[in-house]
Amino acid sequence: MMPVHANTVLIVAAVLFLLGLVGVLTRKNILFMLLSIEIMLNAAGLAFVAAGSKWQQPDGQVMFLFILAMAAAEVSVALALVLQIYHQYKTLDVDALKELRDK
Amino acid sequence: MQQYLFLIPVLPLAGFLLLALAGKTMSKRAIAFTGTGSVCVAALIAILLCTDYLSGNSGNAVYIQSLWQWFQTAELAVGLTLRVDALSLVFIFIITFVGALIHVFASAYMRADRDYARFFACMNLFVASMLVLVMADNLVLLYLGWEGVGMCSYLLIGFWYETAANCRAANKAFIITRIGDTALIIGIFLLFRELGSLQIPAILDQAPQRFSSGSGAITTIALLLLAGGMGKSAQVPLQTWLPDAMAGPTPVSALIHAATMVTAGVYLIARMHTIFLLSPLAMTVTAAIGSITLIVAGCSAMVQTDIKRILAYSTISQIGYMFLALGVGAWSAAIFHFFTHAFFKALLFLAAGVVIEYLHHEQDIFRMGGLKKQLPLVYYCFLAGAGSLAAVPLISAGFYSKDAILWYAYSAAGGNAIFWIAGLVGAFITAFYSARLVVVVFWGDRKTPVGSPPGRTMTIPLVILAFLSITAGFIEWPHNLLNVHLFSEWLGTVLPATSLRGGHPPEFILQIVAVVITLSGICTGYYLYFRNTAVLAQWKSSRFPAAAREFFFSGWKFDALYNHLVVRPFLFLTGINKRDVFDRLSDGIVTFSKQFNRSLSFSQNGSLRWYVAGVLIGILFIITIQLIL
Repeated sequence: MMPVHANTVLIVAAVLFLLGLVGVLTRKNILFMLLSIEIMLNAAGLAFVAAGSKWQQPDGQVMFLFILAMAAAEVSVALALVLQIYHQYKTLDVDALKELRDK
Repeated sequence: MQQYLFLIPVLPLAGFLLLALAGKTMSKRAIAFTGTGSVCVAALIAILLCTDYLSGNSGNAVYIQSLWQWFQTAELAVGLTLRVDALSLVFIFIITFVGALIHVFASAYMRADRDYARFFACMNLFVASMLVLVMADNLVLLYLGWEGVGMCSYLLIGFWYETAANCRAANKAFIITRIGDTALIIGIFLLFRELGSLQIPAILDQAPQRFSSGSGAITTIALLLLAGGMGKSAQVPLQTWLPDAMAGPTPVSALIHAATMVTAGVYLIARMHTIFLLSPLAMTVTAAIGSITLIVAGCSAMVQTDIKRILAYSTISQIGYMFLALGVGAWSAAIFHFFTHAFFKALLFLAAGVVIEYLHHEQDIFRMGGLKKQLPLVYYCFLAGAGSLAAVPLISAGFYSKDAILWYAYSAAGGNAIFWIAGLVGAFITAFYSARLVVVVFWGDRKTPVGSPPGRTMTIPLVILAFLSITAGFIEWPHNLLNVHLFSEWLGTVLPATSLRGGHPPEFILQIVAVVITLSGICTGYYLYFRNTAVLAQWKSSRFPAAAREFFFSGWKFDALYNHLVVRPFLFLTGINKRDVFDRLSDGIVTFSKQFNRSLSFSQNGSLRWYVAGVLIGILFIITIQLIL
């Protein structure tokens, strides 16, 4: 197997991150925004792993495990919130959910 | 006795504190007991102090009690020290004794008022402040009392604050006396700069060594002190507040605006007599102001129709006599007139209060009349007071004090024929309006329905004051009649004896002239208002007397003059300067915060994607900063 250069992996991570960010900024549906956030988390995890392999340290992979755990917890809370939002407002469009704006 | 000195002002002060803090929860009986009791006990202590002073060491007895240090800076140490000598004792006696009688009277007179506790709280505070004023050992403490009585006067003139006119009268009194107070405090500052001390005995000791007689500095100081006295004692041109001050309850007029507070100026000048003796100009000015005032106010008193305003103008006029006496150097005569005036003027005010109450708050004397039969006791008391005011020869206290002033106005070192004639004109006017008061109020036919007669709580103080209005003069006789000079001997330890100038006619002739003038004043009043009222009606319809009456009635148009000279220009200036730079400053703060709030409010638009973008921009900003630095 060909060794992959760390820089290449970081570029892939950056591309993934930007994709996720653009998704968060442009999507109107909350579920898709959550998916985009997951993509951004994975991009961050990929960057940790690449860095860990470059310096031959286990820390990178340890951090990825943490991120996985955190992402799982976050998704469970977020999905519960999404369910409640849908229950109350019958919509998942963030542009329609502007209750907290200052009048 | 010395160690109990502090009780005299502290008792009324304690009464004030109790009534002010717990007055709302106390019953009327308890309030009257506290308010009246504190002053009565103070009066008892004052009388004990007087007897102690008389019996014990009658030499240069001075009671001094140092309570504690008020404040101390590098050069100035001011202590709360009470100092009582013969002059202070006279004032303490009048303040507590007449004050106690008026408190007793007021406990019945004000019973129906719903602010009973507030009334007695203010009255007690007044008595305490006035006592501090006359017992002060230094000028700072004196000034504390001076301002305290001014404040209580303000509070009590505006006692019925729901009527706008009463509040205006209170403001007027406070603002006009403030002119005098400012002059006084500047005078005190100058004294400290020149002498480096504010202790009254030290000032009186050092002044003759420090200043040459008639020098500019001492004249300035004396005139400033005089201006302070003029404000408090309602002398021309600062007299306009006192007639309006009658808006307060009648016991207040009796205590504050007749017997005690308005004579604070007399006390101040007598207390600082060394300063005035060093400045002949200031003495002459004092005498001139006194004689102008006594005629100006007397003329106004002749034509007033409101019984309390008549008495107010009469008070101004009588204080004018005291100033005249001070100005010619007749120190003890001035204090003697204060002494007798306190009795008969308090009596007249209280009797007037009874009459007003009896006629259902009628103050116009021409709607009174015929009260001689209904209120015989009040009538005879009022007669004693009015007789004393008019200075009926030999049988009234007012005669003895006024005769002394008239005699010294001519024959004292600072006196001359002009002051004497002014005093005589004033005596005629005083006798005239006193007779007018008695005739119009008590004689003739009844014109107004009457209420219930006064109770014993109200009549007993009247009787005591009436007795004193007749007998208080017997302690000081004219030199040619009887060799009794208890009062001037009493004051001799504090105030210098009056020096006479050469070439004056015998005292007897001047006395005869004064007596004739007084009696003719009384007869004129009796004739015009009782025997032949047609003359008056004829005068009222002709042009010149009517115009003169109108002029006197408005108090010589002083109010209109000040209105045009001061009030209107001031209101005009404040009108055009309504939005000055300081207003703009505070307005600017308001406008800025409103705008800032609007811009922040715009960012809080509730859109989740805006917030995300905001977070992103924030992160980018921080990272950029980190990279650059």
